[in-house]
Amino acid sequence: MAVLTRYLGDLDLAEEAVQDAFAVAADRWPREGMPPSPAGWIITTARNRAVDHLRREAARGAKEAEALRLRGGRTSEEDDLLRLIFTCCHPALRQEAQVALTLRLVGGLTTPEIARAFLVPEATMAQRIVRAKAKIRDAGIPYRVPEEAELPDRLRPVLVVLYLIFNEGYAAGTGPALVRDDLCAEAIRLTRMLAALMPDEPEVSGLLALQLLIAARRPARTTVDGKLVRLGDQDRSRWDTALIAEGQRIVRACVRRGRPGPYQLQAAINAVHSAAPTAAATDWPAILQLYDQLTALAPTPVVALNRAVMVAEVTGPASALEIVDGLGLDRYHVFHAVRADLLRRLGRTAEAARAYERAAELTHNEAERRHLLAARGAD
Amino acid sequence: MKTYLLSLYQPDGPAPAPEFLEPIMRGLAELNQEMHDTGAFVFTAGLCPPGTATVVRVRDDETMLTDGPFTEGKEHLGGFTVVRAPDLDGALDWARRMAAITTLPVEVRPFQG
Repeated sequence: MAVLTRYLGDLDLAEEAVQDAFAVAADRWPREGMPPSPAGWIITTARNRAVDHLRREAARGAKEAEALRLRGGRTSEEDDLLRLIFTCCHPALRQEAQVALTLRLVGGLTTPEIARAFLVPEATMAQRIVRAKAKIRDAGIPYRVPEEAELPDRLRPVLVVLYLIFNEGYAAGTGPALVRDDLCAEAIRLTRMLAALMPDEPEVSGLLALQLLIAARRPARTTVDGKLVRLGDQDRSRWDTALIAEGQRIVRACVRRGRPGPYQLQAAINAVHSAAPTAAATDWPAILQLYDQLTALAPTPVVALNRAVMVAEVTGPASALEIVDGLGLDRYHVFHAVRADLLRRLGRTAEAARAYERAAELTHNEAERRHLLAARGAD
Repeated sequence: MKTYLLSLYQPDGPAPAPEFLEPIMRGLAELNQEMHDTGAFVFTAGLCPPGTATVVRVRDDETMLTDGPFTEGKEHLGGFTVVRAPDLDGALDWARRMAAITTLPVEVRPFQG
């Protein structure tokens, strides 16, 4: 065993080869008699078997590499990276595991860093990652880039994970700080990488543009003492013009391609916002039209809620409130915040105050809670 | 190649009518045949209702029998199929087709080793 392990440099392979050699011996020696040097015979036979095995593996590896080159024109390092992303975001893994694995294995963050970013104890995060790795190994989750036909189903969770990482950084669902910039930067870095690896997938570019355009508003989104500033009240001179220019360039390229998707449309909506020098100058009808398209592709209550906000700008708060009241989003704090704002604009202050309170109750973000309670008090 | 257990979970209660079951059984037979033809098939079985089960325990050398299934729930293991597949995606594909035919959830679990 030791001789073979040293020769082959692989304990598992050596073990297997020796077992094979003994099996051959058990079959042959009773018939043909024992060789002059039984130990030497075993080592030689095992080594020959192992070399055959390695040759077969190498041939298969070369064939695989050839196939991948034909398909994507990517280098083997790039393919490794893509394989890793798709393995980490395999739909058989739960979403929190996908997120943790992607940050750990693709992003290269340490487990304590990921634990801090998601405000969970380090031991919990470590266990989450260990369990996910064990499932990949034991369940045989493949390490490969999905075929063209399965790509829509397999790319979706990857984009969701990247968007979740970005959102966790930007909107920080829990905890005292409203924004965690390092997570936003990491999400943008990973999405940029994926966009470069999959240039034929407009939704990846759309997600990148969406993140860039939202991140561009980051300097204007909070006051020095950490208070939230809404889009309409932001000092637009503080927006990052370089990020806006890049985001808008990508959106224009997406529009030219004519293969719209939910991320591209959300990016386009944000591109229209960022093109307005003042909130009053926003092209609301253009945004509403984009929301109509988004509703057609992704008819979710949350999209309908955001669309209603645009309806308020185009046709007034009364028709918007009618739409909002028809949505069953009672557990969602933004639903109550939107209702509160519409009620306030309609002069129904008592109802507005109750809605602000409900929204403040439901949010887990301290800065947002303070903002909502201040809005209630202002009336 | 890895080996996977595909477990079919069905709701408790009386068995569905024969005219409902007949196309499902035909679909499963076709799927099993395809598993045979492609070399994926290892074993399959349907189980009698959970009311026919007996649980055996040994404590201090004394055997204790309990009438009924080990766990009572709203669903029970109705049958299972063992397949061999190159990786989880292969097993998930068989499971997806089983679930589509039966309209029941299918649990995929890898064998050890």
